[in-house]
Amino acid sequence: MRFKIFFSRFVPYLLLIVVTLPIIIGYVWILISTFSTRTYGLLPVDKAGRPGGWTLSNWSFLSKPEIWMVTSNTFILASGLTIGVVVVSMMAGYALSRIKFPGRKAFLSLTLILHAFPTVTLLIAIYFVLRWISVIPVLGRGLPIIGGFGYNTLGGVILVSLALQLPLGIWLMKGFFDNVSWDMERAALIDGCSRFRTWREVMVPQIRPGIAALSIFSFIQGWGSFIIPYSYMVNANRATIATYLNNLLSETAPTNYSMVAAVGLFQLLPVLVFYIFTQKYLLSIFAGGVKGAA
Amino acid sequence: MNPDIEMTEKTTGGGGKYDWFWFLLPALILVVIFFFLPIIITFFISGTNMSTATGFQNWKWIGLKNYQRISSHPETLEHLWLTVKYVAFTLVFFNLGMSLVIALLTTHISRGVGFLFRAVWLLPRITPVVVYVMMWRFIAADAPYGILNQIIIKPLGLKTANWLPMAPFLFIVLVNGFIGASFGMILFSSAIESIPKDLMMASLVDGSSYLQRIRYLIIPHLRWPLLFVTTFQTLSLMTSFEQILVLTDGAYNTEVWALWAYHKALSTYSGNLQWGFGTALAAILVTIGIVMAVIYMRYFKFEELVQEPKIETQ
Repeated sequence: MRFKIFFSRFVPYLLLIVVTLPIIIGYVWILISTFSTRTYGLLPVDKAGRPGGWTLSNWSFLSKPEIWMVTSNTFILASGLTIGVVVVSMMAGYALSRIKFPGRKAFLSLTLILHAFPTVTLLIAIYFVLRWISVIPVLGRGLPIIGGFGYNTLGGVILVSLALQLPLGIWLMKGFFDNVSWDMERAALIDGCSRFRTWREVMVPQIRPGIAALSIFSFIQGWGSFIIPYSYMVNANRATIATYLNNLLSETAPTNYSMVAAVGLFQLLPVLVFYIFTQKYLLSIFAGGVKGAA
Repeated sequence: MNPDIEMTEKTTGGGGKYDWFWFLLPALILVVIFFFLPIIITFFISGTNMSTATGFQNWKWIGLKNYQRISSHPETLEHLWLTVKYVAFTLVFFNLGMSLVIALLTTHISRGVGFLFRAVWLLPRITPVVVYVMMWRFIAADAPYGILNQIIIKPLGLKTANWLPMAPFLFIVLVNGFIGASFGMILFSSAIESIPKDLMMASLVDGSSYLQRIRYLIIPHLRWPLLFVTTFQTLSLMTSFEQILVLTDGAYNTEVWALWAYHKALSTYSGNLQWGFGTALAAILVTIGIVMAVIYMRYFKFEELVQEPKIETQ
């Protein structure tokens, strides 16, 4: 009897640990590997294969100028995506939640359909769209910092990422606006406040948790995004941290994985920090049905 | 005040008649440029012989020839069968199987620990894809480096190897499965937690075992989320290829349909990009995507989600 209780109490934990092990091992490896010359499995070793070999030399990539170039690109991509998604989604979400207009239901169902639609299937066609945008003077490829909105520009990558994330953003923001009380808004409108001012000064401040959730989520998405910059930047290994890391990974033998692991941890760290401190916000998005890879 | 009266009450304030249009405009423009236009382009180019050889000027309209080429292409069956296998295995073992197991286990143990495990399972989903795939490549790597070889294969005295080329299919399923499982996990565990406590108690008093409870109480309760996860994730798996692209780039027979289309149309390794043929491959996925997305919208009770706005402006 005692054995049975013991059994039923500990078996779930044991099972969970076993199935979760590959994930845990992956993250433990990246932590160990980053600070060792090389690793045999999870064991840090020196060049001769003896245990030990702790080192900081894997972080020497930080002194290369190209890492800071790709980091600043990645940061611009993530911030641009975040600002764009949040602003556009808040505007559309507000209209869909609070204003009655012809075609509202149609637009709402469109948002839902697009949310379920697998956007990666459009990557090939979007290549042509970007090539066309490139031809537009100034907007195509003549802007400072983001380069423009055409093919092979950071702005183009931002714009595509933004558009593909919109259905989720609009749907989320609509949901948050739905939960705001009508009284303040009505008061503002009756007092003669314009719709736009009501939106900006009365409504937006009331959905701060929603804005925080969507911002953090979008930033993480932009920071880690791979396929879009990889497809639309010509010199992909110098575009973002993800494409730079992918390039390193494909040309490095497992012998030197520690060096690559350090770059990986460099990209992973901000995500982990966000995840640990803002889990509550992120979960509200995951619960809303994120599609994503698989 | 009576809420029904409130609903239809008109305000006399500062709203204009076409305000909604300006609020929607930015989203509308982006949706037209990056959803509608690409869908049209996909079908349009799939009817041409456009490639880097023809350029954007000298292409010809060839009707359904690309689709005929697909149906007679020697590799078609291979890619199709691989895609079916890949979707089926990942879906059954991870997106449904593993996620259900984790949801059941983490709701069975103490709340805090359960939450912690679920948080760990969400990690693969938020980790940048290249970093995540890098971990798997090191797990599979040859001895003496790879983790699998060091921890399991060597102690058992078996022959070590680089397991990625040895078992490529297993690894594309694992890599995608460990991301995919968290989707169902979240939906299932919140559904399990919403089962009324007295129902659970009643079954305990009846003396039913945990397995019986799963079979007769929990699974029937999960019918709806199970259906949702199955349909939603089938579509996701069928069209996603990012992880496979980073892991093997289609080598060792891992080129699923979506990756095949991507390679034909956009991969710079082959000299001639076959845009016509590639978009025809993609058009098939786009069609499936549109049909299934519309079905979800209809099936998952969209009408109930729509709340009528309470303020009208003249």
